[in-house]
Order: sequence, then structure tokens, then C-alpha cells
Amino acid sequence: MTLTVHLFARARELAGSAAAAVPLPPVATVGDLRRELATRFPALAGLLERSAVAVNHDFAEDSHRLTAADEVAVIPPVSGG
Amino acid sequence: MIRLTHDPIDYAALTEAVRSPRCGAVALFLGTVRDLTGEFVTVALDYEAYGPMAEKKLAEIEAEVRRRWPVGGVALVHRLGRLAVGEVSVAVAVSCPHRAEAFDACRFAVDTLKELVPIWKRENAPDGTGEWVHQSAPPPANREA
Repeated sequence: MTLTVHLFARARELAGSAAAAVPLPPVATVGDLRRELATRFPALAGLLERSAVAVNHDFAEDSHRLTAADEVAVIPPVSGG
Repeated sequence: MIRLTHDPIDYAALTEAVRSPRCGAVALFLGTVRDLTGEFVTVALDYEAYGPMAEKKLAEIEAEVRRRWPVGGVALVHRLGRLAVGEVSVAVAVSCPHRAEAFDACRFAVDTLKELVPIWKRENAPDGTGEWVHQSAPPPANREA
């Protein structure tokens, strides 16, 4: 499956895009997605380690199993307020 | 109510909106753009949000505030886009029967917003350079308000 990953703030700048199409095997977790993102966007790897991943608008653990219909986003440390 | 907006926040109207006859206390918090962070001079901030998730997390915070305190009205509004020094970036207004709970509920809402809601600021210096602020620790997975 291929998931579109939304990117924000410094993560968007480092990846050079607000959205990235990331190919994954049919059975894949958030951890697999992190590894694939770091491989495809080496500049993003450092910030990715300090970032959360959101699946369908909730924070998700690395063990979370992804499906093709999921909305996925990298959430760098937030700084609202 | 919760809202993300690119327009200036009318915090007087927001404060009026949460007032209630059964509430003798209204607490209002405003976050405003500061000109100095340590030695770093800021002329403007750019705010960016992951809109759908930010709205969901703000709604969760409102629900949790209503669950924990005897709230009459609660409003959380965050501004997006470019803000000059002195402008209001966030407003939280809460009414409760008594002041202690209004202060506590308002503080909880602001603190949780800053911890959980996917909004980011970029600090812009006078020389045109800027940096995204990514200092906080990531929230634990499955963290809800």
C-alpha cells in the first residue's frame, strides 16, 4: 500500500513537501513508516526521532498497525500558544 | 466552543460568550506575541496547524474541562498565519461558579493546548531569517486531553 504522509513546520521544510507518498508492505506499522520516511528523507531523520506520528488525528505508538485508508501525519514537537 | 482562525481574536466577545448567570467567575488567558526570547529578537511569528487534528484535540480539551470542572462556558481559540509583536495568538475563556475552579480550569486548558495541539510557531528575526520552534517533548502515543 502507499500512504500519503502529511508534514508540517520544519518537517515539511526538511522533506521539501507538505505531503509525501510512502510505499509500504501490505502489513506495516507506524514504526515501519518511520523507517521508510527516514530512508527516503535522510534530512528528516533527526527531527523524526523527536516527533510523534498521528493516525486519523490521534497520536499513535510505533506498534500501531496501519491500513490503506489511514490519514497519517508527522507531528514535530508542538509550539502553539 | 473551539476555533482556529486567521482573523484577529475578539477576546472581549469571547469573554462575553462564556458568561453565565450561574457563574460568578470568568477567567481569561491571552497568549500574545513577545518581542524577545532570551537574546533572540522576534518581529513576527508564523503559526501553522494540522487543522483537522488541532480541532479534534481542542474539542477533547473542552470536553475534559467540562468533565473536571463545573463549567458554564468554555472557549479555546487559536490564531494562525503571520502575527506581529503584541498580537493575540491564543485565547482561553472559562466561566465557573467560583474563581478557584475558573482559574484551575483555564490553566489546565492552556497547558494542555500547549502540550497536545498540533500547532507550530516560526520565530522571524529582524534580518529576515526564521526558525520553527520544536523544543517540547513529543506527547506520549495515545495521549488524550
